[in-house]
Amino acid sequence: MNQDQNFEVLSPEAVPETAARLKSEGYRMVQICAITMEGASELVYSFDKDQKLLNLKVTVPFGTPVKSITPSYWAAFVYENEIHDLFDVEFTDSELDYKGNFFRVSTKTPWKGPEAKGAE
Amino acid sequence: MGKRTIVPFGPQHPALPEPIHLDLELEDETVVRAVPSIGYVHRGLEKLVEQRDYQQMTYIMERVCGICSFGHGWGYVGAVEGLMKVEVPERAETLRLVFHELSRVHSHLLWLGLLADGMGFDSLFMQCWRIRERVLDIFESVTGGRVIVSFCRVGGVQCDVTPEQVAKIISVCDEIEDEIRKTGLVFINDTSVKNRLRGIGYISKEDAMELCAVGPTARGSGVNNDVRDFTPSYKALGFEPVLYDEGDCLARCRVRIDELMQSLDLIRNGLRNLPEGEWRVPVKGNPPEGEYAFRIEQPRGEAFYYVKGNGTKNLDRARVRTPTNINIPAMVRMLQGCSLQDVSMIVITIDPCISCTER
Repeated sequence: MNQDQNFEVLSPEAVPETAARLKSEGYRMVQICAITMEGASELVYSFDKDQKLLNLKVTVPFGTPVKSITPSYWAAFVYENEIHDLFDVEFTDSELDYKGNFFRVSTKTPWKGPEAKGAE
Repeated sequence: MGKRTIVPFGPQHPALPEPIHLDLELEDETVVRAVPSIGYVHRGLEKLVEQRDYQQMTYIMERVCGICSFGHGWGYVGAVEGLMKVEVPERAETLRLVFHELSRVHSHLLWLGLLADGMGFDSLFMQCWRIRERVLDIFESVTGGRVIVSFCRVGGVQCDVTPEQVAKIISVCDEIEDEIRKTGLVFINDTSVKNRLRGIGYISKEDAMELCAVGPTARGSGVNNDVRDFTPSYKALGFEPVLYDEGDCLARCRVRIDELMQSLDLIRNGLRNLPEGEWRVPVKGNPPEGEYAFRIEQPRGEAFYYVKGNGTKNLDRARVRTPTNINIPAMVRMLQGCSLQDVSMIVITIDPCISCTER
């Protein structure tokens, strides 16, 4: 069962404006996920309109904060806090910031691997 | 203005099968604000993708949740098959649909039982779970497992079903249909049930859309984002989403009751039109570099699966976004303005699965 794939690349600076535009166009936020790459985290923002999925890929160098999309999609706080706690990506201007207390994990930012930590 | 108090709700609470914590800010007995907190059962299952190959990850994904286990298996293998451009035989696709709807039946019956238990209606709780056992018997007879069925494989399904098994599944569906209808009427008509559900935990259609709610939580407020509504195999069986506009706990309950009957129809239609032929194709090689996003409609709502391959047998990333994850903001909105005594009912009606959410 194949499903349409639509992946686009976005710069970190364009995230909040793009989210606001998609919100005004009637898109539903589906999810945000993070992937650890060499020297950076990749964020994938997924939105849905009329059952068509739009995935926006954003590469964020380690240590670089990203603006939160919670002013447009308040529900994004669950993903942003999770990504902060597990991947060490900082989101600024969040409307609900748990400040590292969303997930209770024994290892700090476990998804940001040892190679990545060495690059800090 | 009354006195403001913060009451902790959970993580251990009689109404909660799994741990979630809420800080309830109360003004007298009215909830003014609820702040959710999770993270008590995070198992790091997605991270195991670094140590398990893409085939082994199927078993890990099925263990994200014990209730919607089948769906997680299907969602994951669907994403891997998309990445590897594997054409799954029609018979396997139909069998997956049938087992997914059987999972929905057992999940909704489990939820109805928990709802009844939550309001102290224990005979109704036991009735729901008694019917549910018949579905688990089907799982066991075909796959050998009652909870983690391990039916999906990359390329198809674990085993075929015999004509005798098809006839047995159809006859069980016929037998439990009447029991479900009668039990559903209790939820809809009983005064004590209605008193706990009607007009409680209201969320408008606009708020449900604003907060990106999915599944019966959204459909109880008239929002249709049911993945099955754009899935050809479901449309071929005449699928139409179940929608209610009232937006309260009773509406979310009615969505699930109607979906039970609908799932039984889908199962029977699927089995009566089960295509002949292969039920699994061989899959060779490793997932290529690239990524694939895949969605299915779990019993609790839309679930999102994302895989990223690097050309080796190990994926770079396997991600699951479960329905409860995105229904938590909607739950917070439902709790605003409710009475303290209704908190447990409202929490139950989003059918929270915290082990799913935290993975």
